[in-house]
Amino acid sequence: MGAFAAATAALLVCMAMTLVRSILGPTVFDRILAVNSFGTKTVLLIAVYGFLSGRPDFLDLALVYGLMNFIGTIAVMKFTRFNDLAGMEDDEEEVY
Amino acid sequence: MGWPVAAVLTWIFIVAGSLFLIVGGIGILRFPDFYSRIHPAGITDTMGAWLVLVGLMFASSSILVTIKLVMLLIFLSITSPLSGHALAKAAFMRGLKPMLGRDLAQEAEDD
Repeated sequence: MGAFAAATAALLVCMAMTLVRSILGPTVFDRILAVNSFGTKTVLLIAVYGFLSGRPDFLDLALVYGLMNFIGTIAVMKFTRFNDLAGMEDDEEEVY
Repeated sequence: MGWPVAAVLTWIFIVAGSLFLIVGGIGILRFPDFYSRIHPAGITDTMGAWLVLVGLMFASSSILVTIKLVMLLIFLSITSPLSGHALAKAAFMRGLKPMLGRDLAQEAEDD
C-alpha cells in the first residue's frame, strides 16, 4: 500500500526533526515536549507499520505505548521538579 | 481494500495527516521558544494523529481493528492536551518567561 509507505516515510522524517529538537532544546521543558511528541509519533508509526506489513495486531502495542508515553511524560516532569518521584518537599532550586 | 471508495478515502486522509505531521515536525524544530513550540506539538497530536488514524480506520478489514483504532484515538485525544497543559503550566510555574515582541525581533535578526 503506497499510502502506508508514504505515511511511514513522513513519520520517520518528522521523528528525526523532533529528535533534533530534543537534543538541541535549550530548556528541559523543550526536551520533555519533544520526547512526548516523539512518543505520539511512535504510536502512529507502530499503527501504520502494522497496516503496512499486513498485521494490524500491532495496534495492541500502539495502545500500550500511548498510555506509557503519557505516564512517562508526567513522571519525568515531576522528577525534574522535585528530584524525586514520591516526595513533595523542597521545591526551591532552579533545575532547567 | 475491496471497495474503491474506502481506498480513495484512505489515501486522502493519510496523505493529509502526513502533511500535518511534517508541518508539526518543522514547527517543533524551527519555532523560537518553548511556548510557541507547544503549538506544533499540538498540531501533530490532534490533526496529524486524527487524520492518520481515521485513514487507517477506512483501511481496516475487521471491526476489532476499527475498535482498537477508536480506542487509540480516544487515548491520544485525552492524554495529549493533558500533557501539553501540564508542561506549559510546569514551565510557567518554574519561571520560564515567554518570548515577547523585542526578543522575537532580536531572534529574527539573528537568523
